[in-house]
Order: sequence, then C-alpha cells, then structure tokens
Amino acid sequence: MTQTAQERAHVSAPASGITLSRLMPWIIAILFLLIMPILFGSNSAITIMNQMMITIVFALAYNMLLGQGGMLSFGHAVYMGVGGFMCMHIIRMVEKYGIPLPLPVLPLFGGLFGLGLAMIIGSFSTRKAGTVFAMISLGIGELIAACSVIIVVFFGGEEGISGDRTYGLPFFGIEFLQQKEVYYLLAFWTVLSTILMYLFSRTPVGRMANAVRDNPERAEFLGYSARWVRYFSFCASGFFAGIAGGMFAINYEILTGEQLSLIQSGAILLITFLGGVGLFFGPIIGAIVFTLLQTVLSLQTEIWQLYVGALFVAAVMFFPGGLAGVLMMHVPAIRLGKLHLLIVPYIRTLVPAVLCIIGVAVILEILFHVRHSAPGDNEMTLFWITFDSHNPVAWAIGAVLALGGFWLARMSAPDLRDAWHRANTLDGGAA
Amino acid sequence: MTVPALQLDGLRKSFGKTEIIRGIDLSISAGERHAVIGPNGAGKSTLFNLITGRFPQTSGTIRLHGHDLKGLAPFEINRMGLSRSFQITNIFPKMSVFENVRCSLLWSQGYKYSFWNMVSRSRELTEGAMEILDQINLTSRAELPAGVLSYAEQRALEIGITIAGGADVIMLDEPTAGMSHSETDYIVELIRKVTEDKTLVMVEHDMGVVFGLADRISVLVYGEIIATGRPEDVRGDPKVQEAYLGAALEAEH
Ligand SMILES: Nc1ncnc2c1ncn2[C@@H]1O[C@H](COP(=O)(O)OP(=O)(O)O)[C@@H](O)[C@H]1O
Ligand SMILES: [Mg+2]
Repeated sequence: MTQTAQERAHVSAPASGITLSRLMPWIIAILFLLIMPILFGSNSAITIMNQMMITIVFALAYNMLLGQGGMLSFGHAVYMGVGGFMCMHIIRMVEKYGIPLPLPVLPLFGGLFGLGLAMIIGSFSTRKAGTVFAMISLGIGELIAACSVIIVVFFGGEEGISGDRTYGLPFFGIEFLQQKEVYYLLAFWTVLSTILMYLFSRTPVGRMANAVRDNPERAEFLGYSARWVRYFSFCASGFFAGIAGGMFAINYEILTGEQLSLIQSGAILLITFLGGVGLFFGPIIGAIVFTLLQTVLSLQTEIWQLYVGALFVAAVMFFPGGLAGVLMMHVPAIRLGKLHLLIVPYIRTLVPAVLCIIGVAVILEILFHVRHSAPGDNEMTLFWITFDSHNPVAWAIGAVLALGGFWLARMSAPDLRDAWHRANTLDGGAA
Repeated sequence: MTVPALQLDGLRKSFGKTEIIRGIDLSISAGERHAVIGPNGAGKSTLFNLITGRFPQTSGTIRLHGHDLKGLAPFEINRMGLSRSFQITNIFPKMSVFENVRCSLLWSQGYKYSFWNMVSRSRELTEGAMEILDQINLTSRAELPAGVLSYAEQRALEIGITIAGGADVIMLDEPTAGMSHSETDYIVELIRKVTEDKTLVMVEHDMGVVFGLADRISVLVYGEIIATGRPEDVRGDPKVQEAYLGAALEAEH
C-alpha cells in the first residue's frame, strides 16, 4: 500500500525540482527585459517601460491580496505611496547630509516602510475578509490621502515632495543620470520582486492564503488561523507595494498626494483584474496592457478612460479570468495540436468586431468633438483623416462600420464556436 | 485511571430562546470508536460544532484529553489533535485535489506560518499527500480543481482532508451520507483503517455502518442522550426502540 503510494508519488505528484522547462519563462522574461532598451531606445519608450515595471510590481503585490488571498482592497495605493514618500525623504537626506547610501538599495527601504504600515493597519483590518476588509481599506485609504493635505511637512502639500536621485554616491560609477540606467535598476527590482512574490506563493503561508481565500472556515479546522494567514499576506503585499513606491520615487523624483489617492487604488484593482487574478502572471499582462493604453491612447484621445472603463466592464462580464485567463483558455487546444483550427474563424470574427469597435469609437469621438470644441471649430482628425465633424457622411461611416462590423461578427460567431469545440475535442469524438 | 479523550459535562447550547443541546454528559475514552445516532434535527451536528469550537457553548464543559476547551478557536482545538469532517462538504473548491490534501498536512508537519520553506521541495509533504490520495482513491484526480469532483469524490476528499493531519481524535459528521452501497463499504473500510489506534466519534444514519464500526453508541434525541452503551445493549434498550431505533430498524427491513 505504502509502497505503491510512494511509487505513484513520483509518477503523478507535481514535479518538485527546478527544471529547465520551469525556468524557461523566467529566463526569457529576463532576456526580454535586457534587450528591450536596445530595441526601443527612445526616451519616450523607456519612460513607458519604466512606468510599466513599476506598475507590474505594484499589480503583483496587489494580487497577493486579491487573487491569492481573496482580499479586495480599495486603498492599496497608500502602501506604495508611503513607501515612495519615505524614499523621497531618504533621497533628500542623502543629498542634505551626504549619507553614503547608494541609490539602488532605495526600493528596499520603500518596502520596509510599506511593510511597517501594513503591519499596523493589517493588525485590525485583516480580522475579517469580505466587505469588512474592503470597507476598512477604503476608509484607511481616504484617511491617509487626506493626511497628505494636512501633514505638509511629510507629504509636501499640493506640490508634493521632490528630490534628485543623482546626488547620492555613484554606484560602481553609475550616477543614474540617464533614463537607461534607471531602466536597468528598475528592471533588477522588478525581476527580484517578481521572483520573491512567486516564491512566496509557494510557501506554506502562501498556499494557505489560497485555502483561506477559498474557505476560511475549513482552514481553521486544519490548524490555521484565517486571520493570521491574511495578516501575513497583507504584510507581504504591503512590502512589495512599498518597493514599487521606491521604484516610483527613483523614476519620477517626485511624489504628490495623488499617488495616495483612491484613483490610484482603483486603477490598480482595474489593472490586476484586467490582467487576471487567477494566475500569478496575470497582473503582469494587466500592467503592460494598461500602461500601453494609458500612454498611447491618452495621446490620441481625451476620452481614453471611457475605453479603458468599457474594457474593464467587458472583462468583468465576459472574461472573469482576465487577459491571462483568455490566454490560458487556449492551452487545451495547443495540447491537442489543434490551435490552427481557430485561426481562420478568429480572423473572420475578430476583424469585423474590431471594425465595429472602431465604428463606435468614431461616433463617440465625433460626438465629443461636436460637444466640446470651440464654436466654429468643426475640423477634426481621426485615424489620420481630417474631416468636418458636422458632416453627416462622417457620422454615417461610423454607423455603418459599427453596425456592419457587429452584424458580420455575429454571423461568423457560430462558426467560431464550432471551431472552438472541434479544437478542444479529441479526434475520437469524446470530449 | 486514564483521562478520557473527550469528556462532556452538562453541555448546553441555545440558539436564541430554543435550547438545542439540553444537558449532555458523555465520556469517550482514548481509542474508542463512538457513534452518535438520532433523528434529524436532534442536535448531532450542533454537538460536533460545540466540541470543535465552531460555536461557543451556553454552559457546561468540554474536555479534550483533560484540557478544558472553553473559549478556544477551532484552529487551537485542531492543534491539540482533534480533526473533523462536515456533513455538508467543506473543501477548497478552487484548489487542486492534491493541494487540498497538502494544505491539510502543513500544520501537522510543523510548517506553521513559514514563508521561507518551499512546499514543493518537501518530500514528506508530497509523499504524505499522495499517500492520502491513494487511500481515498483520488490519485487520478490529483490535478483537478476540487470543485469539479463528483459528490462521492468530494465526500472522500472531505474525509481525506480530515484524516491527513494525523489527529488522534477524529470526528466525522455523516461520512457516508449520499453514497452508494459500494462507496459506503469502501469508506467504512477506509475509516476503520485510518482510525486504527485513534479515537473516532461519528454521526451516522446507516445502521449497518454503525453496528459494524462502533464500540459504543450514544442515542441523541431532542438534545439529550437517552442511552449510551455497546451496540447490542443499545439495540435492546426499550427507550431507544421507542424513540428512534425501532422505526429505523423497521425501515431497514
Ligand atoms: N446556527 C444555528 N442557528 C439556529 N439554529 C440552529 C443552528 N444550527 C442548528 N440549529 C438548529 O438546531 C437543531 C439541530 O440541528 P442539527 O444539530 O443540525 O441536527 P442534526 O445534525 O442532528 O440533524 C435544528 O433544529 C436546527 O434548526
Ligand atoms: Mg447533522
């Protein structure tokens, strides 16, 4: 009996060793991070990528609560913000008193302050999960955001506080004057934090966080206090949020009260959910996509938040697993070697769907232009075409695209569903 | 004289004005297999909930190996070596079956709230979990989310989670409810095997199971124990026959 159990343990237990195939995604990701600045060397590209990495760390930290621990926080920006403010103060002190503290270690201090704050707040907020936790997080978020206006010495009031990262000791000759140097510093902290957060999810307390998320009561009958498990996750999350704050301080050299606001807390919830809370790497995708939308879309249109909001609603309604969930849905088809069956149906459904979205966007943009531009200014540019926003033809084109695209997408949807079924079915016929 | 594994004295529980447990005295010695039977709504599950710290008692004392359990939380009671299953399946639906069992091994293997050990690197954890899965016949299901298992499989997992930690007092609330005959036979064998040298307290409706497994039986009716004793004595007790068993035994024929 025992013999067979042990034999089987070797066969079907999840493999425990570190294998090359398990390390592969990490190696690829690190190589990717290393070469990105070489491929996209412009300052604006590096600015976007820096922003992305900060968001990735913050979103992963947030998902330690939401996805791993089942705690919905509406005020997590304060842990990142306070970590960032502390780092800003440290930068200023380094400058003022000539403290020999090299810049690269700064995020660690951000982490420690995030951890400290989380240890205090978590001591009472993690007593309960669910609505109670969410409400406390909202209250604390609002409270600390309000403090930023009141305690001017620390938060710098309206202007926030700023510093100069280059005044510290050079680190092996690097002064962090250039964006690229900052990029590699942030990349280092992103990789390190990501690995540590991943490993945390594999520890006993990380596993129990999942258990407490699924069924806190049963966890208690296994010897674990649900409250303590939540507390540990909460502290760890605060620590990594603080690291993200330190990265923010280094990158932007300024922190304002806005960093603590509920808007930031809401954004990270949105980003994490959009990426997918159920998978470890989900928030990474969310952070990348959101940053791209935010930076690229906001240059093109003033109502970009409307599109992001619509995307979020669509994700909640149709893809509760987020973008990562959508990707993982294709794994069975890949395993069966039938992904190619989906290509044509996808094109035939998604191209009209994209046209439909463009049509809707055209109408929204024209509407916005008509309502908000100065009287007499009828000229607008959309998709590199300049036209008169009061011209009915423009409206008609938008409407045709929207309705036509919608109709075509609907027509080919059954085919796609069929193909989906075939791609996920064994050839023998059994599902 | 040895200390009983479980000792209840004058145990009472009221929900609002209604008294559900109305003064229970019971002593279960270490190594005994004890069955609690009684009609629906008699308070059997409530009794389990009191002993395991899910609800606080209204009055009376509960002792586990002589220690008063008053005011202790379920996780503290569990750490003292008492583990229970639930009448309504109570598992971790989104985690894999393997993960369900592994989590129930963590505390007993001494990991506590460790965030410096990797669970996958521990052979004891992996092998221990696989051994439990083998015992409850769920090895082939190891990687599936527990929520997608069939009812009977979830019941088996419920028992697996309960016994995994190696507690020496095991409490099972209707472990075979809703199972087919062959499944019931299998589970009874499993219970017999894993509770070897342990104290077992179980609620069970299937009289075949009760008489086959239990050393002693308590009959709980309206929150009171009307008889306790060896199966054959309880079976012959006229009070029991009147209150409960007669009807149940007739129904069996
Ligand atoms: N949490 C509770 N609140 C109020 N009444 C309860 C609660 N739990 C159980 N009861 C009541 O206690 C009685 C006994 O229930 P229970 O212990 O589940 O019976 P059994 O397990 O013997 O079928 C029932 O009448 C039930 O309605
Ligand atoms: Mg019951």
